[in-house]
Amino acid sequence: MTVETAAGASQPEPELVQLLTPEGQRVPHDHYDALIADITGDDVRSLYRDLVLGRRVDGEAVALQRQGELGLWASLLGQEAAQVGSARALRAQDHIFPTYREHAVALCRGVDPVRLLALFRGVDQGSWDPVETNFHLYTIVIGAQTLHATGYAMGVQRDGAIGTGDPDRDAAVIAYFGDGATSQGDVNEAFIWASVVNAPVVFFCQNNQWAISEPLERQTRVPLYRRAAGFGFPGVRVDGNDVLACLAVTREALQRARDGEGPTLVEAFTYRMGAHTTTDDPTRYRLNAELEHWKLKDPIERVKAYMVRGDLADQDFFDAVEEEAEELAVHLRAACRALPDPTPTSIFDHVYVEPTPDLLAQREAMTTYLDSLAEEEVAR
Amino acid sequence: MTSLNIIKAINIGLRRSLERDDKVLIMGEDVGKLGGVFRVTDGLQKDFGEDRVIDTPLAESGIIGTAVGLALRGYRPVCEIQFDGFVFPGYDQIVSQVAKMHFRSGGRLRLPIVIRIPYGGRIGAVEHHSESPEAYFAHTPGLKVVTCSNPLDAYWMIQQAIELDDPVVFFEPKGRYYTKGEVDVDGEPELPLESARVALPGADATVVAYGPSVKTCLDAAAAAADDGRSLEVIDLRSLSPLDLRAVYDSVRRTGRLVVVHEAQRSLGIGAEVAARVTEECFYSLEAPVQRVTGYDTPYPPARVEEEFLPDLDRVLDAVDRTFAY
Ligand SMILES: Cc1ncc(C[n+]2csc(CCOP(=O)(O)OP(=O)(O)O)c2C)c(N)n1
Ligand SMILES: [Mg+2]
Repeated sequence: MTVETAAGASQPEPELVQLLTPEGQRVPHDHYDALIADITGDDVRSLYRDLVLGRRVDGEAVALQRQGELGLWASLLGQEAAQVGSARALRAQDHIFPTYREHAVALCRGVDPVRLLALFRGVDQGSWDPVETNFHLYTIVIGAQTLHATGYAMGVQRDGAIGTGDPDRDAAVIAYFGDGATSQGDVNEAFIWASVVNAPVVFFCQNNQWAISEPLERQTRVPLYRRAAGFGFPGVRVDGNDVLACLAVTREALQRARDGEGPTLVEAFTYRMGAHTTTDDPTRYRLNAELEHWKLKDPIERVKAYMVRGDLADQDFFDAVEEEAEELAVHLRAACRALPDPTPTSIFDHVYVEPTPDLLAQREAMTTYLDSLAEEEVAR
Repeated sequence: MTSLNIIKAINIGLRRSLERDDKVLIMGEDVGKLGGVFRVTDGLQKDFGEDRVIDTPLAESGIIGTAVGLALRGYRPVCEIQFDGFVFPGYDQIVSQVAKMHFRSGGRLRLPIVIRIPYGGRIGAVEHHSESPEAYFAHTPGLKVVTCSNPLDAYWMIQQAIELDDPVVFFEPKGRYYTKGEVDVDGEPELPLESARVALPGADATVVAYGPSVKTCLDAAAAAADDGRSLEVIDLRSLSPLDLRAVYDSVRRTGRLVVVHEAQRSLGIGAEVAARVTEECFYSLEAPVQRVTGYDTPYPPARVEEEFLPDLDRVLDAVDRTFAY
């Protein structure tokens, strides 16, 4: 099959790495089977669990936003496999640079989801420890983190933490970003830098087909993974709703990076099933039929079907995961509501390593002022 | 007269400009089918087509940079930056290219570009969605910087900005987007673009504000009036050039000045106003000029933004300070 390109030339239909069909059938792959040959039934069950918990965290957050407990939420619905598959390919020493939507990556990485809620509640701007978790702060300015990831990878390279063959030492960096982000100068500069210096970085693009209301055609006339060729490194398109394929493809890309072979662009072909964020109304710009079409490719259903088909899990297992998800949800609801508001003077705390005299004076003035309001309150 | 909010007022203003001059283009992220995340461009692509109302790739440097080229070719691009905090990928194009082209070309090249930026806080948003970067632009010679505070001004100022042959950065007070007001869409603008306006005459102290802070100051003036104190509120509207004639006139009568903005305090618009008033009205001043502003920190998490932003009480507190001398 061929597709028309902008130039009118025919090009082969983009190859999509897929190991699990939407119906849950395991399809063999000449190259990528080897990359998940070690995956046991336990591993599949554990991947399934992460997918379900990821979706549950997300669903709870959407509900909390509706109830006024969060200012905003960016839903990952539909992108669970891309996130869990790629995150589970990471080793402890690998470093992650997310956007604002990588909640399931955070979960796989051991970041307490309450910390994510805190950010979207407006309590703080990222309260997990990026050093301890190797999970950097969320970046909202589109594309900026791809350069940070590249620079971090340059540091890894300088520290000799690639190409030693020691699986506990060699490290890779992964940058998450969206299809829209590929238009940003920063992302293109990151590609150039990573290529020129052969940085150990994986560019993981979740092509969810939309950048708010703009469809992919507003950003590109060629399949995104093909852009890599022009920058001088490999690009691969993977079924982003197939957790096994995402795991396999990301494993390979990360290992190339750890081995000192340089960057890879992974395009996870997926779909944003929800609104862009809780303030968005997708009915204004896309057809419901499209959503229905992608529902048939649901990333969780296909794993479940695969497990049932292969006798990898019984109803007790699915029930247990459901129960765990329910417990997590109960915990999140309570923990979110219990998050304390920051104190007003806390805004002065971390502007600089040491507060400047100006800031100390402003903090003092704020305190005096707030005290005077409180006194007036009491007097009334 | 029609009752409009600021969003609708700008929307109709843009529509008029598109009708009046077929060189006018609208470009930005999500401005087409969606009508912008705030719906300011709602319905415009439907009526004027994808050639004139353009959903651009997600790249602010590209939005501004291509607007420069389009302007050189005779078009009048109106660029939308989705939120204040996202103008910076385009900042280089704005300060290094847009601002200087006319000067460098000895006046041969004009760039009639308008860059619309929703700005300011109080919308409970996450980072980069509540900033007040106006001073960065007002500090750059070659750019005109204006901001509206109400639907009537919004309606006329956007059209005047589009008609101007200089580049204009047009700041829209998103926290006041839903404020309603009466607009005679078929009338004439009462004021030129680059002029301040006395929003409320008063006798005892002068309060200068712009954009979202004007409402805060009008509320403060109402509260002060209850206490028998009469505040004159001046809406600057234009930040570059600054039109301070009304301010000088007012301060010569009141002897007291408070400047209010959401933007951080140091080296900002308030500092410039204070300096100029000190230069022009030194002998009239009864007290040092007071500033009520955001603090010198990054814009804080939403749950403390109320404490960060100037409010009625802080304005009145500052007014009190001018009477303490
Ligand atoms: C520099 C910049 N410009 C604009 C925005 C506003 N914005 C937030 S998300 C978004 C779309 C992003 O699309 P994509 O990269 O595909 O990621 P997705 O949201 O689909 O995950 C836009 C335009 C921003 N955050 N940063
Ligand atoms: Mg997208």
